Amino acid sequence: MKFVDEFRDAELGRAVAMEIMSLVEPGRHYKLMEVCGGHTHSIYKYGIDDLLPANVELVHGPGCPVCVIPMGRVDDGIAIAHQKGVIFTCFGDMMRVPGSDGSLLDAKAAGADIRMVYSPLDALRIAKQNPDREVVFFAIGFETTAPSTALTLKRAQAEGVPNFSVMCSHVTIVPPLRALLESPDLRLDGFIGPGHVSTVVGARPFQFIPADYRKPVVIAGFEPLDILQAIEMILRQLADGRCEVENQYKRVVPFEGNLRALEVLAEVFELRPHFEWRGLGFISHSGLRLSEAYSDLDAEVRFSVPGVRVADPKACQCGEVLKGVIKPWECKVFGTACTPERPIGTCMVSSEGACAAYYNFGRFAREREVV
Amino acid sequence: MSDPAVVSEREQKILGIIETARAKRAKFRDERITMAHGAGGKATQSLIEGLLAPAFSSPALDEMADAGAVEVAGVDLALTTDSYVVKPMRFPGGSIGELAVNGTVNDLAVSGARPLALSLSLILEEGLGAEELRAEVDAIAQAARAAGVEIITGDTKVVERGHADGMYVCTTGIGRRDPRARLSPAALRPGDRILLSGSIGEHGTAIMLARGEFDLDAEIESDTRSLWPVVDSLLDAVGPELRCLRDATRGGVASVLNELARASSVAMIVREREVPVRPEVAGAAEILGIDPMYVANEGKLVAFVAADAAERALQTMRSVPGCEAAAEIGEVRTEPPGMVLVETSFGGKRVMDQLVGDPLPRIC
Repeated sequence: MKFVDEFRDAELGRAVAMEIMSLVEPGRHYKLMEVCGGHTHSIYKYGIDDLLPANVELVHGPGCPVCVIPMGRVDDGIAIAHQKGVIFTCFGDMMRVPGSDGSLLDAKAAGADIRMVYSPLDALRIAKQNPDREVVFFAIGFETTAPSTALTLKRAQAEGVPNFSVMCSHVTIVPPLRALLESPDLRLDGFIGPGHVSTVVGARPFQFIPADYRKPVVIAGFEPLDILQAIEMILRQLADGRCEVENQYKRVVPFEGNLRALEVLAEVFELRPHFEWRGLGFISHSGLRLSEAYSDLDAEVRFSVPGVRVADPKACQCGEVLKGVIKPWECKVFGTACTPERPIGTCMVSSEGACAAYYNFGRFAREREVV
Repeated sequence: MSDPAVVSEREQKILGIIETARAKRAKFRDERITMAHGAGGKATQSLIEGLLAPAFSSPALDEMADAGAVEVAGVDLALTTDSYVVKPMRFPGGSIGELAVNGTVNDLAVSGARPLALSLSLILEEGLGAEELRAEVDAIAQAARAAGVEIITGDTKVVERGHADGMYVCTTGIGRRDPRARLSPAALRPGDRILLSGSIGEHGTAIMLARGEFDLDAEIESDTRSLWPVVDSLLDAVGPELRCLRDATRGGVASVLNELARASSVAMIVREREVPVRPEVAGAAEILGIDPMYVANEGKLVAFVAADAAERALQTMRSVPGCEAAAEIGEVRTEPPGMVLVETSFGGKRVMDQLVGDPLPRIC
């Protein structure tokens, strides 16, 4: 595929890997966090870990928007889905995320009308095609997906679609990053910044990371060469003793972000005082809800939801895994109470979560180190 | 900091616990059937290994081949059955009727049995158009003729509107086990080569696009066809060196490889750049966030062949119409047993795991 294959060139990959090799100090261990789940996916898909020296470790961050949705929210979604006349719509990978009593897939099997959509606009179309049903869209994701939800809400309001509403679980990227950075036991040397989110918010929101916490950030694209180059840029900052926000993904991310999208977000959404993250607990001003002007399209207003908080099991140590304090297998419930088939914490929910990856591929990863 | 020796001992212990858990026969613990149980991944495996296989255990069934072996008066026969519920009924490159013949014929073929005859059951929904039905009956007749099998018995049922989706088709096939074949899922040996009979992902992608949910347009046709001709040629050319054959239907090539890696307790390495994928399929998969290795095929098989016969097998395959793009995609190794690894085109390695549920598209 033209304009894609160029960024997957193995020859160039090897060249960047050599560059990386020349930048690392032997004996020093580097821990870099890729914040975004999309990066984690690419790292696994292309086996990027394999091209890195053994002392450069990638830590998978909290940026999988599906995995961070807490059990209580999934329960609320399922409760709405079970109400009479409701068609509940959501993105595909949300359907497997467990609540306290099963996932949306289980609820579908139990009779709820739950449908997978690719875009919130598909949900709106379903609403128009089914005027006698209530159609709810379960909106999740960071600033990446929030603008499409916002535009859909604007359209729904403009067109007056009375049977459409949104259960908003959108989150923002900066507060969880700050929460991670605030923890005294953090062991990270730098961040691969989230490319998709940055297309919307720009580079500016990440400047607090070098300014307040002295860690380099490089905003990166999602092709394997993008990620390798970002790692090279971070290691170069560390070698030079610099820390700043750099933009590897200039072909897509403008420094200021997408101002039009930011305007729409500000119009349609407002910050919740706090939002709960699976594995990380409550984080202030980290979630979005519909603003006053759109409250008639708010599913949480239209339907009664249990709104019960389901605590993560006490033994779950996702927070420490995410901070790089412990390895997945050091968690008390890893591999026993918490498995990919029956996950407890965010790191086990998605196949790309740090714990799920270790569970599935741990033995192999260790053998690779020996080789 | 803790003592590294103690840490590594603990890690070993935990990895050991996980490995024991993984090697265990999957248990069926779910409260209800979900769509994941039909997707060909781990949930399907738990349904089959955890509920069905233990209930009906017998030497023939425990082989877990695509068709069961049965001997009648000294004649070795193979028996298989399959149901077809595809939506939409007609799609570019084929229809439910054609699938119902080829799918069952192929289960016999990859078991090393020459397909002889089929039964045909039709479950029809009240209100189904006679024209649509007639078209499928014609498709069935034509596909059966092309595959050289006869339909020798059948059944019809009609259910109320809403209790089926147009029509469902069940076919059972009987075949004669070919004396040239020594195939078994447990027969793979380290060093064996993995061959693929052509480009992958076309059937599943054609169906996804035909459902019209994605506003995507591409000229992708289902690859539905009988695999007996290519199996027949392979048996002729390299019969005794052929270890196992599988048609890569539901769950795709990835699921076949995982199943057999477990069954033979071997590892496999697949070279991604050797796997033939047509550009239209690669493009659609890229947009939908799906890996073609997990997408269903209806006319492609994976062949495991002893190393010294691999080149001969490959040339033989390529000479069969429809298999011109056949390729050697990898080989069987010893470590780590039960695992399938991929050498990515970018130069890295990853594990190609079993599907957990339906291949759900990722949001980002």
